[in-house]
Amino acid sequence: MKADKLDLFPKGKLQITLLRLCHQLMEKYDDFSPVVLLGIQTSGVHLARRIQAMMKELVGTDLLTGELDATFFRDDFRMRTEPLEPNRTHIDFLIEDKHVILLDDVLYTGRTIRATLDAMLAYGRPKSVELFVLVDRKHRRELPIQPSYVGIQVDTIKTQRVLVDLKEAGGKDQVLLVSQE
Amino acid sequence: MALSTRHLLGIKYITAEDMHSIFETADNFKEVINRPIKKVPSLRDITIANLFFENSTRTRISFELAEKRLSADVVNFSASSSSVKKGETLLDTVNNILAMKVDMVVMRHPHPGAPVYLSKHIPAQIINAGDGTHEHPTQALLDCFSLRENFGSFKGLKVAIVGDITHSRVALSNIFALKKLGAEVTVCGPPTLIPKHIESLGAKVNYNLYETLKWCDAVNMLRIQLERQDIKYFPSLRDYSMQYQLNMEMLDRLNKKLIIMHPGPINRGVEITSEVADSDQSVILEQVQNGVATRMAVLYLLAGVKGKN
Repeated sequence: MKADKLDLFPKGKLQITLLRLCHQLMEKYDDFSPVVLLGIQTSGVHLARRIQAMMKELVGTDLLTGELDATFFRDDFRMRTEPLEPNRTHIDFLIEDKHVILLDDVLYTGRTIRATLDAMLAYGRPKSVELFVLVDRKHRRELPIQPSYVGIQVDTIKTQRVLVDLKEAGGKDQVLLVSQE
Repeated sequence: MALSTRHLLGIKYITAEDMHSIFETADNFKEVINRPIKKVPSLRDITIANLFFENSTRTRISFELAEKRLSADVVNFSASSSSVKKGETLLDTVNNILAMKVDMVVMRHPHPGAPVYLSKHIPAQIINAGDGTHEHPTQALLDCFSLRENFGSFKGLKVAIVGDITHSRVALSNIFALKKLGAEVTVCGPPTLIPKHIESLGAKVNYNLYETLKWCDAVNMLRIQLERQDIKYFPSLRDYSMQYQLNMEMLDRLNKKLIIMHPGPINRGVEITSEVADSDQSVILEQVQNGVATRMAVLYLLAGVKGKN
């Protein structure tokens, strides 16, 4: 078994990409007071904290940021041999009438996002919801879900995996596309 | 992460790792039940029968709320209004209910071992909600969950259980749970209400309430179960209260921080006075809230596995 690894953001391009996505947010919104970030457990939370810090630097606004876990809302519950392990949800504000940016590391089948949209409803009715992802594995969607802010789009096959290793989780801040033969 | 068992028959049959998984999952459910919308869809394709062959208010409502907040379909059954009165056996009653496609059974029964017996004869998953004087595992789990919230860990924690130890399934399940988690346990009560050889479970015995409370960090006060006592175990309730009641005078004399628990129902003025039960040191209502979160965790972990139904 040979594993082939491709670095999706070589030579510090990750920071440049994140900066571009921040600027896209600034293009879209003039006023950031009704904008909130919701990171999807677990890597999305790290991503949300990173974007929150960068936006504070760029526009001086400390965006409201929450952590959302969709485990209890997943549709593959009871289809696995292990129970799905839940994570913390921590949102200490209401999202009623807010513009919500959902953040996740990888968009693949879209099922996590579907579950997250359900989970989010317990916190109010947002004005709008947009999706922010670092890696979009295109052509692999099983549901009609599209991201608004995309770090990189990649063509992948089912056996490949995308490993996101952010420094907030003790990693090396790199994103690898791993193919196994 | 998955529990080592497919039923919850008693704390005796599960491991410390199982209990830690339940506590970690319950943390998340406690957050869920404090949301404006308290419901999640995890168990939406599961049907649960609550079979109560013995009276219950708190446990039954707690289980039913836990099931409904997980979106399970729930059917209730109580022995007083059923075919048990007409002479049907336990196995026949349960098999008839299961024939209507029920996935899980939550059951309370006056006879010790009834859930264990059923688990050997029926395909559904069983959760014991109290069997006679044997075990009440979810009560022990919620008591330990409440201790964990107050103290963080169980290593070296000193817990006293006071009252009618002989007739208490709460006491037995708590002793099993606390010992497996690494806590120290002392039981206290009149000698007639402390079973012989209870030391073999790792619990110490002390007949003096003041000494016991001086030693412990938390105390679980139990009710005198008159309905299970066939003979007189002590002269009178007044006599019992004089020796084993937790009152303000006792708390003042101790002059220390003590977490006070009670599994309910409380007999105010017998084992505990109203002042103490309603004081800042009492976590009795917190226990009730934790009961729903803990039971949600148990149901979620037992149901959430492929091919176990």
